[in-house]
Amino acid sequence: MSAFSLSLDLFPLLAAVFAAVSCAVLGNFLVLRRLSLMGDAISHSVLPGLVIAFIITGSRNPLPMFVGAALAGIGTVVLVELIKRLGRVEPGAAMGVVFSVLFALGVLLIEQVTRGVDLDADCVLHGQLESLWWPGAPDTIAGLFTAEALHDIPRQVTTLAITCTAACAFVAIFFKELRIASFDPALATTQGFHAGVMHYALMVLVAGATVASFEAVGSILVIAMLICPAATARLLTDRLSVQVLCSVLIAIVTAVTGYFGASVAPAFFGASSVSAAGMIAVTAGALVATAALFSPRHGLIARVLRRRKLARAVALDDLLANLYRAAESDTGATPAVSTATLPARSRTVIPRAARDGLISVSDGAISLTPKGELAATEIVRRHRLWESYLVERAGLATDHVHEPAERLEHVPIAPPPGPRQDPHGRSIPQEPDSLQ
Amino acid sequence: MSARPTNPTNPTRASAPDATLRDAPPTSALAERPEHSPQSPLAIHAMTVAYDRKPVLWDVDYDAPPNRLIAIVGPNGAGKSTLIKACLGLVPRASGQVEFWGEPYRTARARIGYVPQRESVDWDFPVSALDVVCMGRYRKIGWCRPVSRAHKHVALDCLERVGIRDFAKRQISQLSGGQQQRVFLARALAQEADLYFMDEPFAGVDAATERAIVGVLRDLRDAGKSVIVVHHDLQTVPEYFDDVILLNMRVVASGPVAQVFTTDNLHKTYGGRLTLLSEAAEAIARAEAGGA
Repeated sequence: MSAFSLSLDLFPLLAAVFAAVSCAVLGNFLVLRRLSLMGDAISHSVLPGLVIAFIITGSRNPLPMFVGAALAGIGTVVLVELIKRLGRVEPGAAMGVVFSVLFALGVLLIEQVTRGVDLDADCVLHGQLESLWWPGAPDTIAGLFTAEALHDIPRQVTTLAITCTAACAFVAIFFKELRIASFDPALATTQGFHAGVMHYALMVLVAGATVASFEAVGSILVIAMLICPAATARLLTDRLSVQVLCSVLIAIVTAVTGYFGASVAPAFFGASSVSAAGMIAVTAGALVATAALFSPRHGLIARVLRRRKLARAVALDDLLANLYRAAESDTGATPAVSTATLPARSRTVIPRAARDGLISVSDGAISLTPKGELAATEIVRRHRLWESYLVERAGLATDHVHEPAERLEHVPIAPPPGPRQDPHGRSIPQEPDSLQ
Repeated sequence: MSARPTNPTNPTRASAPDATLRDAPPTSALAERPEHSPQSPLAIHAMTVAYDRKPVLWDVDYDAPPNRLIAIVGPNGAGKSTLIKACLGLVPRASGQVEFWGEPYRTARARIGYVPQRESVDWDFPVSALDVVCMGRYRKIGWCRPVSRAHKHVALDCLERVGIRDFAKRQISQLSGGQQQRVFLARALAQEADLYFMDEPFAGVDAATERAIVGVLRDLRDAGKSVIVVHHDLQTVPEYFDDVILLNMRVVASGPVAQVFTTDNLHKTYGGRLTLLSEAAEAIARAEAGGA
């Protein structure tokens, strides 16, 4: 079995990629403006638009269908705004109300008005990606670039190519305006970039992309593609331009792997076939999950590692401070502390402290080296200065300041210097002049 | 600051100040009126604003003197932010007129800068401090053109002026509240406006940022600009500002701080006497919404 057949795979794959890219590039701004549900709303409420277009024209001619669906999409946006304003509800609730009611209306219309006609709600949900196969496909790649081959391109693929170009051009040309209108609508409006106009322009394109996509790939994939690539990209970068480019790349990768995954996956489950659109949507979701786990800055694993690193630094600080206090209460010059008396948290950082030359270990007892003593003095100094600050400036009771100071001594903000004694009467080690 | 010659007045517009106006009229109507001066950077005449039919500002008349730092103070719900937003056309006016140097907002736009409340935007947005400051240049850059290197240089200078040039490349969520407020201030500077509106720039900032903001405000005034600031802290009004507008759904008093910022006026602004007006506003909203 060959992995790629021009006849079977070319057009479905192109349709999936075009649909994914047009949705992904616009989806960035939906996700950033917390309007993710809007794609959901539009893709569901185009159904009554399609059915009404069918009732009026009596045919399944694609042009009236497209116009009907696009009008329904824009109607959804207007309705959401109206309900938000008149009903004084939050945007999510308004979108939820509009799309569920409109979708239900579409289903009712299909069942009542178009009985016996080939207009199927299932198609709307899952799409017909596989139906785009190409019976007259040439055998070689070279055969693609002929007039006949161009003539054979299915209408859905052409529509999607145009939509994809329009969506990418819109975002590229109005990138600056979309950025300001999404980040700070008020400033955008005062500067003459009317945020409301940008909002509706974006929504018209989302409606267009939704309608063009769902005929081929189904509304489930549309929703996934509007949100997942943008959400994945958002986790990977903190720059909008990079995010948009990433989302496009992710959309392409998702469409291609999902599509071929659909022909490979059934072999594992023993099933005969899997919906390509469904597989693409699942891939998109898997990528979001992967990014949420492994993203270098926002990822769960990176955050756990950073937290653990911080915990070790705190434990090391505490170990040094403990040794310092032990030396303070003892009369000996550099007393050794038995490791057994230390808390478990501090014991784990002993090897590291020894490696860094901060402590010396002999016979289960540890003591500060000169270098360690400097570091320990600094920590204790910060602790006691924070205690003085908390009592004198923040008005905390003397017996309440140890715990907060334990946390404050590790933050990279210096407490105000000055006091020579902490609230408990212990002397505050002063900063050695030689180190300044 | 010389005002441009005013356009001939449209008499029908001028005679109908109570008509419902979403935008200021295209011709100058206020400059003809003896009580408003064309030199004034901001002239408000008989402006009433309502949210959801509930009046929040009643019949505001105000002329801003040029070259001053002006504070708007008043209790919560007095309509301070609304006053600014209505002047900028961000919320519709039920009636009244607003002019800037004798011109409507549409033509004066390029000379007016705006600093919204810090909480009004999403600080997790994937942009750097420099990106945000560059947004202040968008009007000058124009539609569909990229931000050029020259504009980025201006933006960097503005960050320098507020003391956070080192944070230019940081994503804005990694900045402290005070630094975020400075980014907003730098963005306003980048607009190179002659009149600034600032909505609570001192809210929740540290002492160093507060000093930095005051320094920038004074620089702006010394450069001949006017700044109108929504301010919460009554104690610092005499120290920071030249003029004050005492607002509580209407202008209680306005003018130089030394004359207007009196205990008596403050009592009128913050005292309980206006509860009647806000009760009436509630009643109007209920009645006009068709409620009982």
